[in-house]
Amino acid sequence: MITKKKKGAAKPSRAAKPLHSAKPVDEKNGWNLRLYVAGQTSKSIAAIANLKRICEQHMPVRYHIEVIDLMQKPQLAVNDQIVAIPTLIRKVPEPMKRIIGDLSATERVLIGLDLVPAKAE
Amino acid sequence: MKTRKISPRELPKSPTGIRGLDEITYGGFPKGRPALVCGSAGCGKTLLGLEFLINGARNYNEPGVFMAFEETPEELIANVSSLGFELDRLVEKKMIALDHIRVERSEIEETGEYDLEGLFILLQYAIDSVGAKRVVLDTLEALFAGFSSESILRAELRRLFQWLKARNVTAVITAERGDGTLTRQGLEEYVADCVILLDNRVIDQISTRRLRIIKYRGSAHGSNEFPFLIDDGGFSVLPITSLSLDHPVSSEIVPSGVPDLDEMLGVGGYFKGSSVLVSGTAGTGKSTLAASLCRAACSAGNRCLYFSFEESPNQIVRNMRSVGIDLRPFVNKGLLQIIANRPAAYGLERHLVSIHKQISEFHPSVVVVDPITSLISNADRNDVLAMSTRLVDFLKAEQITGFFISLSSAGGSLEMTEISISSLMDTWLLLRDIELNGERNRGVYVLKSRGMAHSNQIREFVLTNKGIRLLKVYLGVEGVLTGSARVAQEAKEKEIALERAQRSEAVAAELERKRMSMEVRIAAMRAEFEAEKLEAGKLISQDQRRLGRIEADRAAMALSRGKNGAVAASRGKNGKNGQARSQGL
Repeated sequence: MITKKKKGAAKPSRAAKPLHSAKPVDEKNGWNLRLYVAGQTSKSIAAIANLKRICEQHMPVRYHIEVIDLMQKPQLAVNDQIVAIPTLIRKVPEPMKRIIGDLSATERVLIGLDLVPAKAE
Repeated sequence: MKTRKISPRELPKSPTGIRGLDEITYGGFPKGRPALVCGSAGCGKTLLGLEFLINGARNYNEPGVFMAFEETPEELIANVSSLGFELDRLVEKKMIALDHIRVERSEIEETGEYDLEGLFILLQYAIDSVGAKRVVLDTLEALFAGFSSESILRAELRRLFQWLKARNVTAVITAERGDGTLTRQGLEEYVADCVILLDNRVIDQISTRRLRIIKYRGSAHGSNEFPFLIDDGGFSVLPITSLSLDHPVSSEIVPSGVPDLDEMLGVGGYFKGSSVLVSGTAGTGKSTLAASLCRAACSAGNRCLYFSFEESPNQIVRNMRSVGIDLRPFVNKGLLQIIANRPAAYGLERHLVSIHKQISEFHPSVVVVDPITSLISNADRNDVLAMSTRLVDFLKAEQITGFFISLSSAGGSLEMTEISISSLMDTWLLLRDIELNGERNRGVYVLKSRGMAHSNQIREFVLTNKGIRLLKVYLGVEGVLTGSARVAQEAKEKEIALERAQRSEAVAAELERKRMSMEVRIAAMRAEFEAEKLEAGKLISQDQRRLGRIEADRAAMALSRGKNGAVAASRGKNGKNGQARSQGL
C-alpha cells in the first residue's frame, strides 16, 4: 500500500529545488508518512496542505505520503488505532511517531517528526 | 425474587443479567441510551461492563462491542476467564467485538485542530462487524489522559453520546471517580440518563463494595446503597430489602422436633416458610433446638441447610449425639448439609451471597443460621440488620423455614436481641437461665408466635440423652423452681400426698369401726326389744284370758242366781278357784 502511491516521491524532488536539503533517496532509506483523514473536512484539507508544505520545506530525505480517508476505508483505523482526526503517523523510521491535528503548528510538527535539527541547519 | 411487571409506558430496558442489578433498576440499563458507571480504581467498573456485554451476548442475543482504553483484549479475556466467562469463545462466534485503543500521551504530538472522528469510525466499524446492540467504553479517563485539549474532548464526548443514542445502542461508559465529584471530568452532565456509582469501602479491615443508582431518568429505581460483590460467579448486587412484602404464606406445619414445644406452640410446630428466632445466653441449648428441628425435617425426608459460624460440622454432629440427636445418617444421606465458616472469613455481603448461593443450589426446606449474631463482629448493627432482613425476605420468598439463633450477651435484656431482628421474626423462642439454689437451669418460653395460640408458660428445658424435654415448672415463693429444687418439690409433694392418703385411710377405718359398734348396739337393743315385746305379748294374752274367764264367771254367776242352791255351791267353788288361781299366778 505504501509503495502504491508514487506521487509523494515526486514531491521531494520538487521541494529539493527551492530548498537545500532534499535529495531523492532510495525508498528504503526514506520516510513513509501516513495521514489519516475523514472526509473532505476543512481540517482534513488543511492537514494535507500543511503536511505537503512542511515536507517540501523541511524534509531532508526522500519521503512518501499516503493519505487515507477513513470514511471510505474504516477498517484501516483499527491497525493504527486512530482516535483523533487528522492523525499523521510516521512508521519508518522507528520509533513510530503520532501527530494529531491539522498540522498548522509547524514547529510542533517538526518536533513530532524529529525534524528540528534539519530546520536549525 | 420477582421481577416487576413492566407497563408499556415504562422506559424500554436492556437487562444486564447481573444478579440484583436488574431488580434495583427494574429491568436494566435504559435501552438505546448511554449509562455512566463511575467509581474509584478497582471497584469493578470493567467487570460490570464486561458482564453486561457477556450476558447480553449469551442470554439476550444482543451482540456487543467492548472498547478498552486500558486493557488489551488478551488481558481482558484472561481476567474474566477465572470467572468462568468464555469471552474468547464469544469473540470467535462474533457475538462480542473486543477493541483496544492505546492512547499514550507521550507519543502524541498535538499540532492544531483535531477531533475524535477516528473513535467514531472505529466504533461504527466494530458495531457493524458484530451487529452490536450494546457498547462499553472503558474507561474514559484513559482517553482523556491521551489528549491535552479538554475543550475538544468535552465537545467530542457530547457528540459521542449523541452519536451512541442515534445508533440506538445501549452503552455503558465507565469513568474514574473524581475528588468530590462523581467523575473527574464531570461527565455525569453528558450522560444524565443513568448514573451508577460503585464504591469500595474498608471498614474494620473488611472491604465492602457498594453500588448506588444516582439517577435514572424516566424510571423508578432503588435509591439506596446496595452492597455488591465480585466472587467466582462474577458480579452480584444484593438488594437490601426485597422491594415488596408479598411473599406467599403457608399454614403447613413444620414440627419443631420437640413434642413438648409443638404442644406449647399450640399448632404442633412452626409454620412452613416462617422465620423462627431463638435467643438466649451461652449454653442454653439453642443449637440443640436447631438440631432437633433438623432431625425432624430430615426424618420427614426434607432437606436442611445448617450454617454454622462457631462449630465445625463434625463437632456439631458429635455434640448433638450426646443429647440423643444423631445427625450423621442425614449428613450421609445428603439430606443435611452443614456449612461452617468463620464469621471474619469475609464481609457480610459475601456471607449473604454465599448463603444465597448454597440455598439456591441445595433447595432446602429448612435453613439454620447459628448464630446470626456472630456476624456482628464483622460489621455494624445496621448492616447486620439489613443483611438479616434480606435473608429473611429471601427465605420467605422461597418458602423456606428459617431458624435463626441469636446469642444474647449476658447482662443485657433478654427481650432485646443484639441486632433487633425480632420484629422480622414470626416465632421467637427465648431460652433463659434460671439461677436458683446454686444451680443454673434452663427455662424456655414462647415470646411470640404469629398466628398461633401459643402457651404463655415458662417451661423447664431439660436436655436428656433422648433429646429435649420441656417440663412444667413449679412455682414457689421464690419464683419458678427448676432442677433439684423442682425434684425436691416433687418429692415433697409426693410425701404430702402419701401422708394425706394414710390419714384418710385411718379416718375411714375409724368410721367403719364406729359403724360396726353402732350396729352391735342396735342389734342388742333390738334383741332387748324383742324380748320385751315377747313378754308384753304374753302379758296381753294372759290378761285377755283372765278377762275371758271373768266374763265366763259372770255368766256362770248370773246363771247360778237363777238357782240359789246352785249359787251357793258355785260360790264355794268360786272361792276355792279364786284362791288357787291367785296362788298359781
